[in-house]
Amino acid sequence: MSTTTEYTPKTTTGRIANFVDSRVGGSAMVKEFGRKIFPDHWSFMFGEVALYTFVLLLISGTFLTFFFDPTMTHVVYDGSYNPLKGIGMSAAYSSTLDISFDVRGGMFMRQVHHWSAILFVAAVSVHMLRVFFTGAFRKPRELNWVVGGVLLILAMAAGFTGYSLPDDLLSGNGLRIIDGVVKAIPVVGSYISLFLFGGEFPGTAVIGRLYALHIMIVPAIILLMVGIHLFMVVVHKHTQYPGPGRTNDNVVGFPVGPVYAAKAGGFFFIVFGIVAAISGLLTINPVWNYGPYDPSPVSAGTQPDWYIGFVDGALRLMPGMFGNFSFEWLIPFPWGTNTLSLNVLFPALVPAGIMFMIMFTWPWIESWITKDKREHHLLDRPRNAPFRTGMGVAGVISYCVMWAAASSDLIATHFLVSLNDVTYWLRVLFILGPILGFIVARRIALALQRKDREIVLHGRETGIIEMAPEGAFAERHEDLDAYKLHQLVNYEDRKVIPAQPNAAGHISRSEKNRGALSKFFFEDRVAPVTPSELAALKAEHGHGPAEVEGSSSDSIEK
Amino acid sequence: MGDHSHGSPDDSGTVAKAGTGTLDKFQDPGLPPHRKRLADTDPRAEKRAERQVALLFIISIIGTLSFFIAYFVLGRPDNLSDIRVQNAMLGLGTTFAMLGIGIGIVHWAKTLMPDHEISEMRHPIRPEADRLDAVEIIDQVIEETGIKRRPLIRNTLIGAIALAPIPAIFMFRDLDRTGKTAGEMVEQFRHTMWDKDVRLTRDPSGTPIKASDVQIGSVFHVIPEGLDEAENVLNEKAKAVVLLMRLDPKKMDISEGREDWHYEGIVAYSKICTHVGCPVALYEQQTHHLLCPCHQSTFDLTQECKVIFGPAGRALPQLPIKVDADGFLVAQSDFHEPVGPSYWERG
Repeated sequence: MSTTTEYTPKTTTGRIANFVDSRVGGSAMVKEFGRKIFPDHWSFMFGEVALYTFVLLLISGTFLTFFFDPTMTHVVYDGSYNPLKGIGMSAAYSSTLDISFDVRGGMFMRQVHHWSAILFVAAVSVHMLRVFFTGAFRKPRELNWVVGGVLLILAMAAGFTGYSLPDDLLSGNGLRIIDGVVKAIPVVGSYISLFLFGGEFPGTAVIGRLYALHIMIVPAIILLMVGIHLFMVVVHKHTQYPGPGRTNDNVVGFPVGPVYAAKAGGFFFIVFGIVAAISGLLTINPVWNYGPYDPSPVSAGTQPDWYIGFVDGALRLMPGMFGNFSFEWLIPFPWGTNTLSLNVLFPALVPAGIMFMIMFTWPWIESWITKDKREHHLLDRPRNAPFRTGMGVAGVISYCVMWAAASSDLIATHFLVSLNDVTYWLRVLFILGPILGFIVARRIALALQRKDREIVLHGRETGIIEMAPEGAFAERHEDLDAYKLHQLVNYEDRKVIPAQPNAAGHISRSEKNRGALSKFFFEDRVAPVTPSELAALKAEHGHGPAEVEGSSSDSIEK
Repeated sequence: MGDHSHGSPDDSGTVAKAGTGTLDKFQDPGLPPHRKRLADTDPRAEKRAERQVALLFIISIIGTLSFFIAYFVLGRPDNLSDIRVQNAMLGLGTTFAMLGIGIGIVHWAKTLMPDHEISEMRHPIRPEADRLDAVEIIDQVIEETGIKRRPLIRNTLIGAIALAPIPAIFMFRDLDRTGKTAGEMVEQFRHTMWDKDVRLTRDPSGTPIKASDVQIGSVFHVIPEGLDEAENVLNEKAKAVVLLMRLDPKKMDISEGREDWHYEGIVAYSKICTHVGCPVALYEQQTHHLLCPCHQSTFDLTQECKVIFGPAGRALPQLPIKVDADGFLVAQSDFHEPVGPSYWERG
């Protein structure tokens, strides 16, 4: 029908492309992605690690589903692990033992799965820290930051539901703690617990239910979120670190094909290789040591997987009694007395709740304080955003104090100190640590900025000591090259923006608060060196900064 | 290189700069000049890199083959140490198989593929014209439905949509299929297997305990007699486990109404922590403290298991006991309060 001449491919690639494109299309996609530019930096790798460990989780998890029996039917173990032979247990635990001892490579796959899960949450967390400290969450990427936060929560949910499946003593006690926390929820807590366990704890239903969540619902949502996350990365194009030739309007890096794809694709195999090495050599979660779940015994010194640690630690830090005052409140109502377990509810919900709330809203908080509604594609070096770096460090410290508290008993036994003292100290640190962390981190960032200024103004120290004719010793300083100089002066100079009156000439309360926060964050700042400043300094010295330092009093190091 | 410099973040985009007049900014020198790699200039280095990549791929092949050796030659090990060896070999085989490919590809990309950095312009995510068009289309769609002009339709639709998902929530009612009413469900938390004259027996053997067996300093992990015949053993055990200890009665600080709950200093307390339900498994006989290994709640046995440290908010419930005609320890009744973690309806 067509009047134009038919396109006749000449090469093999051409023939395949023609076949695909004339049926389903796809050339446009190749045009769009084939040579798309991706900036390269080692810190962009964490997101990749997260993605690849998730792929490993899907691969190893699928293998495990073929052998795992997610039921709590009572069976008597008859596998090849002698110490547990003849012992009654659930089918879930028995099949976990079979995977470990009677399926060749099953132990390896279990360990790949568990180690990948641990690395997955770790990679997601470190990736988020990278994004936070470099300001990559700023417009237009705020929503992708939120999707990332949702992924972190989902990663923890996937981890915890999986941790409970083997139905060994350790995971059973973990579930019992969850049951205790759920029961503390006012009004509906008892019913959520009863519905989750299909009656009273532990019942015979919960493993199957967690299994459905663990292998279907949670991973499906994660997969969906990962899709949205990556789609937005493509829409926004990747951020890049500032540097010569790298601006807010361009992307400098390697094309997807071949270099970036090769590096990123190769990196998957490297991550797989490293996980395989860890899984081959280091035992994780030896469920056969713990025995089947029994509500009576418990092993001392048990730890949750690391990513649940901060909640467990918060539970440990909270005092239940304060002198004779109990945080378990009895509230009289007309229909009777109800119990509000603040000693459980408060630590389980409040720290994590505040942390995630600040995390999710931070992009908007920051742009509100700085009145910055522009698009940002250039990252901040953490030192060039001292206020944000300080806030990030404060958050990290409060998280880490809770996390350390989850090992308070092990800290006490390893360092031979009193368990009670460890807890008291961590309680103090939980309050003071973030404040000190904010101050110290911000000061360090400002000091590093000052150091950058010094280097720009007085040049690089060469290590060459010269003796002047009159006998003075001084170190020779050398001018920076234009590229290095650009790196040190090209950053965003955030100033205090005092509260502004609105159109009616009135300063609203929220604007006053914003002004106060702006002052708090930006009162101390280090401005980047300007060309005129540098020129003035050179003129004053009468010679370039490449000349001998020590001739002017202000350049002597104090 | 000049092509690559397009100003700095402060003068990009459409946002006008607040008037500082002329920009006192350093010129962007553009991308640094490209430095050639050894393999770009020296054919021998190029050849060497090529051989290195191939060698890495061969290492991968060897890794995969050694996986098979571990899988088949070691067969089906039947003891833990052989399984560990097989696991390590399977792991290392996979490690080499994967790292060979991965490092090989990355090495190939870094030494032999072009390493020129390319600069590409960013485009606005969407032109504003599109946005206006979109708003107009949406407005028109809403207008054509007439939903704004017909509040009756709108309100009934909102009502219907709000109501429709509620059955989906109710369908989960049968997650609990015990057939109990809401009140009965929660009432279960109040009762355990303990009752008048139920013997205290050892966990897990189920042998009864004579009062004379319980010495000062010793601790017994106790279950009610007949636990094994219970309908759901674990559910009953999760509530009924008890710790049995003996104290010097002079050291005990007994509150009113509990004077006869012990037998010559032998006391029984619930083993389930009042914090979040872990078994309070550690007894320090010197200090008479009970410690929960999960969150370190500490209870003082001499003060009727009052909380003296940690996150628990309430003392451990005490089980009233006595001795039967044969000298065995038995319960006087069930616990007088619900055991384990608190819940809303506990009161």
